[in-house]
Amino acid sequence: MLPVLALEGVDKSFGAVAALRDARLELYAGEAHALVGENGAGKSTLVKILAGVHGPDTGSVLLDGQPVAFGSPADARAAGIAVIYQEPTLFPDLSVAENIFMGRQPLKGLRRIDAAAMRERTNELFARLGVRIDPDRPARGLSIADQQLVEIAKALSFDARVLVMDEPTAALSGVEVDRLFAVARSLRDNGAAILFISHRFDEVFSLCQRVTVMRDGRWIATDEIGNLTVDGVVRTMVGRDISALFPKMATEPGEVRLQVDGLTRHGYFDDVSFTVRGGEIVALAGLVGAGRSEVARAIFGVDRYDAGQVRVDGRPLRPGAPPAAIDAGLALVPEDRRQQGLVMELSIERNATLPRRWALSRLGLLFGGGERRSAAEWAKRLQVKAARNTDPVSTLSGGNQQKVVLAKWLSTAPRVLMIDEPTRGIDVGTKSEVHRLLSQLASEGVAVLMVSSELPEVLGMADRVLVMHEGRLVADIPRDQADEESVMFAATGQRGAAA
Amino acid sequence: MATDTLVTPARTAKAGPPAWRRLFGSWDAVLILALLVVVLVASATIEGVGSPRFYRFVALEAIPIALIALPMTLVIITGEIDLSVASTVGLTCSVLGQLWYLGVTSLPLLILLSLLLGAVLGAVNGVFITVFGLPSLAVTIGTLALYRGLAYVVLGDRAIADYPPTWTQNAVAPIPGTVIPWFVLVLAALAVVFGVLLYATPIGRSLYAIGNNAEASNFAGISVLRTKFWLFVATGAMAALAGVFWTFRFASARADNATGLELAVVAAVLLGGVSIFGGRGGLVGVIAAVALLGILRNALQLADVPANALTIVTGTLLILSVVGPNLVRMARERLRRRRPATTLERKPS
Ligand SMILES: Nc1ncnc2c1ncn2[C@@H]1O[C@H](COP(=O)(O)OP(=O)(O)OP(=O)(O)O)[C@@H](O)[C@H]1O
Ligand SMILES: [Mg+2]
Repeated sequence: MLPVLALEGVDKSFGAVAALRDARLELYAGEAHALVGENGAGKSTLVKILAGVHGPDTGSVLLDGQPVAFGSPADARAAGIAVIYQEPTLFPDLSVAENIFMGRQPLKGLRRIDAAAMRERTNELFARLGVRIDPDRPARGLSIADQQLVEIAKALSFDARVLVMDEPTAALSGVEVDRLFAVARSLRDNGAAILFISHRFDEVFSLCQRVTVMRDGRWIATDEIGNLTVDGVVRTMVGRDISALFPKMATEPGEVRLQVDGLTRHGYFDDVSFTVRGGEIVALAGLVGAGRSEVARAIFGVDRYDAGQVRVDGRPLRPGAPPAAIDAGLALVPEDRRQQGLVMELSIERNATLPRRWALSRLGLLFGGGERRSAAEWAKRLQVKAARNTDPVSTLSGGNQQKVVLAKWLSTAPRVLMIDEPTRGIDVGTKSEVHRLLSQLASEGVAVLMVSSELPEVLGMADRVLVMHEGRLVADIPRDQADEESVMFAATGQRGAAA
Repeated sequence: MATDTLVTPARTAKAGPPAWRRLFGSWDAVLILALLVVVLVASATIEGVGSPRFYRFVALEAIPIALIALPMTLVIITGEIDLSVASTVGLTCSVLGQLWYLGVTSLPLLILLSLLLGAVLGAVNGVFITVFGLPSLAVTIGTLALYRGLAYVVLGDRAIADYPPTWTQNAVAPIPGTVIPWFVLVLAALAVVFGVLLYATPIGRSLYAIGNNAEASNFAGISVLRTKFWLFVATGAMAALAGVFWTFRFASARADNATGLELAVVAAVLLGGVSIFGGRGGLVGVIAAVALLGILRNALQLADVPANALTIVTGTLLILSVVGPNLVRMARERLRRRRPATTLERKPS
């Protein structure tokens, strides 16, 4: 049998950076195929070549055994390849439905767009995914997870022969992932080929039949899932053994650092109260849309709130003023790294030192390479893979961009660290490094509030798990009672879990 | 099967481009080169160009433009624009003249009041833009008309011209032993201040961040609105300084002073490589562009090119300035990106 889609000996360079060297891939109809590798291994670049975004420098793309050159994403789409990119690419001012049917809106008489049909088909797609998003609302302001769900709906709407998904689940919680997988399995069973990229191995093993491993832009191996173990895949990927994944050290909780009382923002969250002590890692769990990120943003001051109060080390924090929050020792690693976390056009160096621009200056001047040294130190600590620290962050792979956001905030030496999806898109090796860093910060007395959709991360790292459901705090579960069942029970709004 | 030993030399060259190519790949270098070419060609072909008097005249003409271009560069880097600057000059001139007419005879006091007025006019722009959240383009087109109108309210069509000769002579006096107006030194000092502010202070870092992504800047603890507000205040004050210079240089305060100057300023900033969309560009290019435009205009005037043609030249340069830096950037991208080495058959559709 011929593969529906294949890559042979593909090279791709960006300037001096060789993103792909002799990359290979064979995708068969009716299989779900995982593509794994460290951050910067070249996965997204490979996807973009399949999608017609980039052309290969050398080598070929084969469709049904025939070489093809996709001149643009439209060519690839016409050939039946639907792609969900790692970073959502929605038009913020168009409605959700318009985004999904961009360029192929259903028409009625006189070539007018049939808005009703478009809305209905959007609702059908959302029903399949179990998503509740209003098709008529603009894409602007959707959370990163919702944007991801819209992208998934868009890809599904193509009825494609090949569905490529570049880390579609990075911002999703278990429930949404299960629904996505159910849809993906049914597509696969109907003969579609699925290429799935993820840094979460439980997902890879539950969805896929075959795995291809890449390292430094090269094809390393392809094998049946039955012949593989997680440890084996990781070793092939990284080229060495990875230590235990979640090394949270036990610490004695200190004074209350962050105290939130009755925080309310109408339409987002309601009467949220909790505390985080120094040395504690508190996880904020819940489904996508439960209001977790919104709470963190309101605390930090980028969003306003209607009622309630935030105290840091006992002192009330001025609402709506991020500079005041930073002065009080707060840091927020936001959910959307491209819009909120980074200035994509600026360099790694500038981004990594932006919140400390005053601290690094002497007499108000930034001479003498303080920024350069600090950025270099953190880039090394977090293993940012980049040619130069003066390169714009837009040239980094998704996971490496996330590392720059982490560097930017960890380097401020915060006293209260709020971190929204700390390891979104980060590979295994660095993930355990990030967890080690968080744990170390906690042991130094930092209060950590971690919003995470990844249950193993929540259970492994958190001293306490706060669960939100539809804008309300419904459970506060101590570490020894937190397990998959109790957290999911509360997150889906079932009574009786509240402690 | 392809093997990874089959690499072409172009791909194995890991070092960055050579220095000469980096230089010629930058818009600043293109401008400086153009400046040299214009100076050389014009001096050789047009009589009077290249003489000390010529440069003295160019400098006097360029000073007000450059004074305003300094803060305007910062404003445009943050993605905003201020079109009211020429009217601010006009209103400052008028008020300055009227104050003198009404008997204020202390020069320091007159200068101080003028600068204060400019700052207030800038603050009015700033309030509309940052507090009410209106687009700066609309607001400053409005105040362009408003401030000019106020200038006419203050002076009508009178001209106040009877300043002490020492004031007017001193305004254009040369640095002893040269022909260069001493005010160029004031300009140079201010250029250094703005240059340091933009390139070597935390504020400069925020300006580029704001121009590229205001939301991420807000998340990084930058007070986006406050920063923009103070930029408009600074622009107003610098325009007022230009107004003071203008009044004494021409020994005349009139309501229509500096009409249309905003176009010369914006043209210089854009030609200098600052992106109209914000986030990109710097002062080196802008200063080169002010000089280039000034020399070009005066040389063409000496060559008896009619005024209409001069306008066409300025307009063409303005368009070039928006297209040019993009072309240079695209050319660099092209150099970096290699074309596919193998041409693949297109699938018949
Ligand atoms: N437009 C670009 N310009 C320059 N370098 C680039 C560009 N796009 C990607 N790269 C580089 O190519 C390499 C591969 O990046 P890619 O995005 O394919 O990695 P990835 O495997 O998807 O990583 P991640 O798991 O972090 O998403 C990286 O070193 C990256 O810096
Ligand atoms: Mg990627």
